Order: sequence, then C-alpha cells, then structure tokens
Amino acid sequence: MTADAPKILARNVQVHYADTHAIKDVDADIADRTVTAFIGPSGCGKSTFLRCLNRMNDTIDICRVSGRIELDGEDIYDRKVDPVRLRARVGMVFQKPNPFPKSIYDNIAYGPRIHGLARSRADLDEIVETALRRGAIWDEVKDRLDAPGTGLSGGQQQRLCIARAVATEPEVLLMDEPCSALDPIATDQVENLIDELRSRYSVVIVTHSMQQAARVSQKTAFFHLGNLVEFGDTDQIFTNPQDPRTEAYISGRIG
Amino acid sequence: MTDQAPQTEAQTAHRSLYAPDARTRRRNAAERRFRLYGLIAVAVGLGFLAVLLTTIVRNGLPAFTQTHVTLEVALPEAVVDPAGTRDPALMAKVYTFGYEPLLDSALAAAVAGQGIDTDMTPARLGRILSAGAPAQVRRAVLADPSLAGQSVTFRLLASSRVDGYLKGRVARADLAQDRNLDPQHLDIVDELRVAGIVRRGFNAGFITGADASESRPEQAGIGVAALGSVFMMLVVLALALPFGVAAAIYLEEFAPKNRLTDVIEVNISNLAAVPSIVFGILGLAAFIQVAHLPQSAPLVGGLVLTLMTLPRIIIPARAALTAVPPSIREAALGVGASKTQAVFHHVLPLAMPGILTGIIIGLAQALGETAPLLLIGMIGFVASTYPDGVASGFLDPNSAMPAQIYEWAKRADPAYYERAWGGIVVLLVFLLGMNLIAVILRRRFERRW
Amino acid sequence: MSALWTLLAVLALALAGHLLGRARAMSAAGGDRRVLHSLPVHHGASVAIAAAVPALALLLIWLAVQPLAVDARIAASISPEGRSAELMMSDIRRLAEGLDRATAAGRLTPAEAEDPGADMGRIRAAVTASGIPLGSAAGAPELDAAQRYRALETSGNLLRTFAVLGLALLGLGRGLARIRKDFRARNIVERAVRRALLFAASVAVITTLGIVLSLIFNTVSFFRLYPAADFFLSADWTPRFGGGSSLGILPLLWGTLYISAIALAVAVPIGLFAAIYLSEYAAPGLRAIAKPLIEVLAGIPTIVYGLFALLTVGPLLLRMFGPGSLGWMDAASSVLTAGLVMGIMLIPFVSSLSDDIISAVPQSLRDGSLGLGATRSETVRQVVLPAALPGIVGAVLLAASRAIGETMIVVLGAGAAARLSLNPLEAMTTVTAKIVSQLTGDADFSSPEALVAFALAMTLFVLTLGLNVLALYIVRRFREQYE
Repeated sequence: MTADAPKILARNVQVHYADTHAIKDVDADIADRTVTAFIGPSGCGKSTFLRCLNRMNDTIDICRVSGRIELDGEDIYDRKVDPVRLRARVGMVFQKPNPFPKSIYDNIAYGPRIHGLARSRADLDEIVETALRRGAIWDEVKDRLDAPGTGLSGGQQQRLCIARAVATEPEVLLMDEPCSALDPIATDQVENLIDELRSRYSVVIVTHSMQQAARVSQKTAFFHLGNLVEFGDTDQIFTNPQDPRTEAYISGRIG
Repeated sequence: MTDQAPQTEAQTAHRSLYAPDARTRRRNAAERRFRLYGLIAVAVGLGFLAVLLTTIVRNGLPAFTQTHVTLEVALPEAVVDPAGTRDPALMAKVYTFGYEPLLDSALAAAVAGQGIDTDMTPARLGRILSAGAPAQVRRAVLADPSLAGQSVTFRLLASSRVDGYLKGRVARADLAQDRNLDPQHLDIVDELRVAGIVRRGFNAGFITGADASESRPEQAGIGVAALGSVFMMLVVLALALPFGVAAAIYLEEFAPKNRLTDVIEVNISNLAAVPSIVFGILGLAAFIQVAHLPQSAPLVGGLVLTLMTLPRIIIPARAALTAVPPSIREAALGVGASKTQAVFHHVLPLAMPGILTGIIIGLAQALGETAPLLLIGMIGFVASTYPDGVASGFLDPNSAMPAQIYEWAKRADPAYYERAWGGIVVLLVFLLGMNLIAVILRRRFERRW
Repeated sequence: MSALWTLLAVLALALAGHLLGRARAMSAAGGDRRVLHSLPVHHGASVAIAAAVPALALLLIWLAVQPLAVDARIAASISPEGRSAELMMSDIRRLAEGLDRATAAGRLTPAEAEDPGADMGRIRAAVTASGIPLGSAAGAPELDAAQRYRALETSGNLLRTFAVLGLALLGLGRGLARIRKDFRARNIVERAVRRALLFAASVAVITTLGIVLSLIFNTVSFFRLYPAADFFLSADWTPRFGGGSSLGILPLLWGTLYISAIALAVAVPIGLFAAIYLSEYAAPGLRAIAKPLIEVLAGIPTIVYGLFALLTVGPLLLRMFGPGSLGWMDAASSVLTAGLVMGIMLIPFVSSLSDDIISAVPQSLRDGSLGLGATRSETVRQVVLPAALPGIVGAVLLAASRAIGETMIVVLGAGAAARLSLNPLEAMTTVTAKIVSQLTGDADFSSPEALVAFALAMTLFVLTLGLNVLALYIVRRFREQYE
C-alpha cells in the first residue's frame, strides 16, 4: 500500500431502491486524513452514497448496490466481508443526534465492549476518556459520566455521538449532515471538532450547506440527480468549477 | 495523553476485512443463535395454532355424522290407535314405551331377514337403537295418524355406543363393563352395516337440534343454543352499536379537555382489561339480584356482554374517527354547518366502515365469551326446545353456544366430548364468518387519505 | 299501566310533539321556512325532547326508588319473632312475587290474592306451582305483609303512570308554546345531542361504578357473616353448604399465581422472541403471514382452550407423567395443564404488544448501534430491548392480569381441589374457578358460601385493576418518551 493510495476507492457504483436508480455509475477516491465533503441538492444521492461506504444500506431491504468499493484495497462488498467488522473500521455519525438511552459512559463504552477492545476496566476507562477528549466534550461531562446521554443538549449529544464513533478506533468517519439539527454555536463547535479529527481519520461529511463544506473540507464532491458531477479540491470547486451544473449550484441557481 | 498507544493497538485489531478473527466468529455465532431462537419462537407459536386447529377439526368432525338404522316398522292399529279413531289427541295417550316393542321386533325381524343368528331377545337387541327412537316414531305417527295399521320405513338413531363403534371411539374391550351393550351387539352391527341397514350419514340434527339428557348424547344438537347466542348478539348489537358510536363521537369530537373526560378515558381503557368474569358478577348482582330480571335469559346475557364489549368497541371506533382527516370537518364548517352537523353528516359516514369493522370484531369476541354466562345461569339445564316467539326468544331460559359446549364438556359420557368439539367447530365457523365480513368490509371501504 | 306501556306512551307523546312542533314552526313562519332561525325538523325535535326527556328521567328514578321505599315501609312494620328481619323480608318479597305470578297464571283470583283471611295452605300451593319455592316459616304475618307490599306497589305504579304522563304532557305544552320564528331550536337540539353523547360515554363509568358497588355491598355482607381475617389469612378452603365452612383465600390465590406464573413462563419468552424475530429479522412476506396467524390464537374463545386443556393437553401430560409411566401425576387436571394452555393463549397477547413497543423504539437508535459495528442481535439486546424495557414490562403486566382473570381454562383444566402445594402436576384451583363454583346452581345469596364469591371477585378486581393501571401508566410513559 503506497502512502498516497486512496483510503476508499469507489468504481462504477450503482444503487437501486426498488425501481429507482438512486446512484448512477459513481467513481470516487477518498483520501486518508482529509475531510471530504459531499454536497448537492436534496435527493441527489449524496447520503445514499455515504451509506454505501459502510454498508448501512444493507439494513434497507429494497436497496441493491453494485459496482466496487474498496477500503485499503479490499472490496467491502466481497462475500467474505462481515459488515460488522467493516463498520468498526468505518464509523458513522447521523443527522439527528442519537445517543442510546444509557449513561454517557455506557454510550462511549458500547462500541469498545462489543468489539472487545478493552482488556480491563481501567483500560475501558481510558478508552472512554480518550474518546470523550477527541470528541471535545470531556470537560463538559467528566463529572457526570453516569448521567443519561439523552439529558445533554443537542450539540453535546452530537459530540457525544462523534466520541462514541471514535471510541471503536475507526479509520474512516462518515458524517451524514451532522450539524443540520444543531444551532449555530453547537455547529461551530462540531465543525472545529471535525477539523481536529482530520489529523487522525479520513472524514467524509454530507452537508447541505456550501459554507460548511468550504469551511471544513479539503476535497468536495458535487452530486446531482444521482451522478457525481464534479470531484476535486474544495478551493477549486468553489472558485473555479468545471461543470456548468456545479457552477449553477454554487451560485444558488439550482438546489 | 497517550494518543499513539491505542492507534497502534487499533492497527493490530483492524486486520484484513477478509479474514474474520475468533471474536467476530463468536459474535456471528451468537447472532445466528439469537436469530434461531426467534425463528423457533415463531414456529412454536404457529405450531400451537396448527395443533389446536387440527385437534378441533379431527375431534369435532365426527359430530357432524351420525349412525342411523333403517328399519321397516310395523305400526299395528291395536298398539298405536287402540280406540281406532285416528284422533291424535287420543293416540297421544300411547306413550313412547308403547312403541318400544314395535321397534325391537322390527329390528329383530331385520336381523333375522339378514340370516343372522342370535339368541338375544328382541328387547336386548333393541339396545342398538337410541332411547330416543320410539319418540321419533311416535311423533311421526301423531303427525300423520293414517300411518296406523301400516308398515313404514324409518331412519332411526342408533345408540351412542353403536355410533361410537362406527366412529372408532368405542371398541369391544370398552363394552366389558357396559350395562347397555355387549360385544355381541357389535357383531350384529357389523353384519347390519354390510347389509346397509346400519349406516353413518350426515348429522343435520346436530346443527339444528336441541340439547338432550345426559344419557342420550346421540340426540344432542347445538341449534337451540346457537339461536340463544343469536338473540344475545342481537341485544349486544342493538345496544353496543348506538352507545359505542355515541361514546366514541363524544370523546373524539366533542369532549373538552377536562377532568371528566380524563376519568372517562382512563375508565374505558381499564374496563377493557377487567376480567370477563367480573362482568358476570355485575350481571348477577345488578340484573338478577337488584332488577329481578329472569335468570338464563338471552336478554340478560346480552346486557352483560354489551357492558363487556362496549369499551372494546369504543377504542377502534375512536381510531376510525381519528382517521378521517380534519380537512373534511373544516370543509363542512366552512359552508356553515354546525359542529354537530359536520360530525353527523360528513365525518360519521366516512368513519362508519371502520366503526362497523370494530363492532363486528367486538361481537365475535362476545359470541365466544363463556365465563360471565355461567354466573347468570346460562348453564345447568337442558335447552330442549326452541323458543316459540321473538319475545320468548329474549326472555325464556336458553343456553348459548359456548355455555352449551361447557355443559357438554362437563358430562361424564365421552360421547359428549365429541359433541363439545363439534360445537366448537360450529362456533368457530360463526366467528370465521364474522371476521370475514369484517375483513371484506375493511377491504371494500378502506380509504387512504 | 306497566312501566313498558308508560314508556311507549311517552314515546308516542314525543312523536306527536315532533309533528306538532314542525307544523307550528311552519305556521309561525307563515309557510316560508327561510325566515325560521332553525329548520322545522329542529323545532319538532325540540318539542319531542321537552316532552320525553324529563318524563323518562322521572320514570327511571321512580323505577329505582319505589322498590326501596316499599321495602323500607314494609320492613318498618314487621316484627320478626326470633328470625332475622332480612330472612323474613326475603320471604315476604317472594310471597308477593308468587302472588303476582299465581294471579297472572290464573291459579288465584285477584280477590283471593288480596283476601287477608285467605287459607295459607291454598296460597302456598298456588305460589309454589308458579315456580316460587316458599320458606317453611312463611305464615299469616308474612302473607299479611306480602299483601300490603302488593297494595303499596299497585298504588305506587298508578301514581307513577300519572306523574310520568303528566310531566310528558306538560313538557309537550311548554315545548310548543315557546316556538317562534326566531326561536333557537337547533341550539337546543344540538345541546341535547351533545348531552346524549356524553351520557353514552359515561356508560363506561357507570359500569365501573356498578361493578364496584355490587362488589362492595356483597363483600360487606359476606364479612358480616364471616370474619375478614379468616378469609384473608386462613390456608384452609373447605366450603360446606350445611354451614361451618372455612373459606380462606390463600390456597386459591396460590393456585392463581402458580398457574399464571407457568403461563407467563411459556408466553413471555415465546411471545417476546417471536415479536423480536418478526419485527427485526423476518422478511416482509413472512411477517405479513406469520403475524396475523399468531394473532388468530388471540381470537379463539377461551372455552376452546379450556376444552383443549381438559381433553387434549391433560390426557397427554397424564400419559407422560401419569401412573402408566412416571407415576407423578394422578389426574389430567393440574396446574401444569392449565398453565401450559393459558401460556399458549397469551402468546399473541405478549407478541403483539411487544411488537408495538419494539416498533416504537426509534430507528435512529438501531442505526447508531449498527453504525458502530454491532450485530443485529447485539443491537436488539443492548439497545432496543433496554430502550423498550418499560413498555415490555407493561405488556407483561397486562398479560399477567389476563392470566389472573382467566376463567374457562382453569375451570376445565386446573381441577377443583384447593391446595397449597409446590408440585405443578397436582390439581389446584383458582380464585376465578371458585367464583364460578360458588355461584352456579341455585345459590342462596344470603349464605356465606355464596357471598364469598363476591369477596373473591373483589380481590380479583382489585388485583387486576392494580396491574392494569400500573401497566397502562408505564406504557404511556414509555410512549411519551419517544413521541
């Protein structure tokens, strides 16, 4: 594996929902330790494509995926691959904060426990603390780890969910509009966190806000009607789009 | 902070996606086990249903056939009409035991006519026939006095032992202790069966007939009890429909948000879960002890079942009203209708199919309910005659299908168990019919908003 | 005039009022219905309501109050020498009813029935022939009281007819008098409709009140005859209809709880796992078939389960554990027989309630868990079930209340012997089964052996109501959490 090989490589990806062709022939390379943003009008397929990357679409009966998606050179849709192990390596954060109805500690410890990452209680304590620190929420909750995670504010809940995803030591973090349910201050906190996460993980973020994509990402992919229209450096996409549809979207004429 | 340590550890933990580690295999095995438990649970549930239904059908179907003996019975005038007047009133003075010897000798003649050798007296031979057979002949003669002095062919009920023998319920060994029938009788039955004199055929009497005394299970039918059930259902329908619909309309459309409404709502949901036997107690205390209504009357049974069914009707009726979109109400109010007019002219007709479905399902539940009926006396006597009019249908003592089944289940003769299962088949056919109507109604009128 | 005819007469007056009201409204409008505030039909209905509602209310109240008043008058006048006043009153009431029936059947002439010097022997024969058995103590004083009872009833009934019909006529007149062309008849009719609806909704409350009152009155009279402490604390249940019974509830409660526990041990795992499988794993096709099929089990009447226990499961268990094989079981009726069959009956109850509850857990929680790499079973066990736990506890409580109140299965499958034993293969009996056995047949409602059934029913009612209230509260709290 060479240093600049993509973390995730997608070729020829098609997604069908029953009779709808939701993703059409998408190729994409997603780099390690980079924030990649998926933008596009609603219903363009950006979330669907994101959910292909850790096979969350498997949970939807009518959804069929074809094509090739590789993680570190291994086909994640290969029959030998257990989606459970894949998802441990490709974590996910959802649009609406969804802490489990358990304590803050147990929320974080859930992943490490099921994957058997801790050898002892002390080990687990350390994993929880590290994850909460990486989720930039440690200082706010360290005195009430036994309190229910559902009692936190929206922004705190979302950072808790990010910390929960980080705790299983993933290599890729997928974020599906992680700030859409948050107020501006909480959004700012989460965006700062995403920027920090870049040093360790490959982060893919779906966002409906172009400003957010410009603020947090280095790479941007523009989806339209199930097609990946343009994929490149964020600066280039926002200042000098190659495709007229991208330009139309950026300048607010479609979307 | 020890940022590097977990990272390297993670690298070792995240090996290739293709080669599952021991832990993953263990987790997947647990997953398959869990899934299997679920599948087993579903299979067990469906298995119980299958076992229950096959048990009912296997044990119940024999009740729909019955063994008959076809005999040519001589009816000498000297016996059936000693006065020679052909006046039914005078002929009625000859009781059934006057007819018994006629049947016995007719049977003996038939046996001899088949060339069967037996040393049994005609009277002993006559035990092959039901104890109700003489009454059957007598009724025919009284209905048509001109039969006197003739020879008439009758299809007579065989005794329940013979019937059980043909159905495989009674074996020769069972008769060792039996006072009524000997194994020799069965030998004769075998030969008569070959000759076509003894034959098992469809048992219309079971579906239309009345209950019989303990010793004559071959005569017992569920018809009268079914009629009792029908009268009870009429009472339930007549009361539960208006009251249930009115209560649902009030709670859904008019009720202000206040204490009283809360009390009513909590009350209805709790009442729906009160054990049915408690409603029997209420019926006993309120309708029989205090109001002095007659015991065992379908009217009282219907009242008790109405109270029990009401909350179970109100809940789906409210759901049907909620399903009518507010735009309908607004449209009606918008053209100047009052709230009452909007509800009765527009909302209610649209919700009616849903309400009716709920009512039919509630009725089906009430039809199968037994426990409250036991307390208001709908068991313990033989429902032997049909009521002679609508008023007496509501007020005269009667049984109901489930109570009749219970009564049969408690009797000592195993021949009655067959009747009980058969009664259940009839009951389930009723229930199936009602549920089918409900399903059709729902399909036919279902509206998607 | 009997109450029924009075009722019909009032209804006829109401109908007449309706027609008159409509006609009067039209004439008040000079034949032009557009100048009326309300439709003619509303005017008619307003008159009908004015005529019928107060009259019918009076009729109802009169029907309820008159027997009590007559009873009190007679009871105050009798002198029960050496017998309880209550017994004498019940003799008097029976005699009075017997006289009614005997005159109706023509066994006595009305004059004979009212003759204070009538021959008691002849009266007794006529009354008994009419289907009313008389106590041997009934004699001349009872006959005298019964005749006065009947006289009071007769004059009361006459008075009632006049009062009710008078009120109906009065209402009719007033209703007609107030009709003008701007009279707001529709508002009056609609208010009446609304009150009628409220009344229909209140039937549930009245039913509950009726249950509570009938239980309380009879339970209190039971505790007058039998000490409450013995009832609640004695471990001995041996009713004797000659008197001197011991009526301890403990063995019955034990039987009830034991059978319910077995039933839940069958129904909860099967029902819960079936619900989990059908909601989390099954393909939509399988779910669409299996779910309604399992729910068919809930639509089967309990008498069917009772027969199944008595004639199929019991004999089967007897073959397995009975004298022929292991010798642990003496008869087909046992705690296990009833418990198993009741468990089958409760499976759909547990599974459909649990299914609702599990479906109410938001999908986002499942996604969150699956997104972390949890398997489906880990998600179910560690996220969905803990989140659904309160709701499932509520469902199990509701099932328990069903089990405790179930009657037919235990009447037919559990046996009749009251016993405190741990052996599930022994016959035991339950609260519900004993309610049935103490109240069927010609029970004398004044004996403790019959009245005990009301105390048992009271216990049952309180127990199940408590469970229901608790369960509904828990389930409601659960639903609010995710709405």
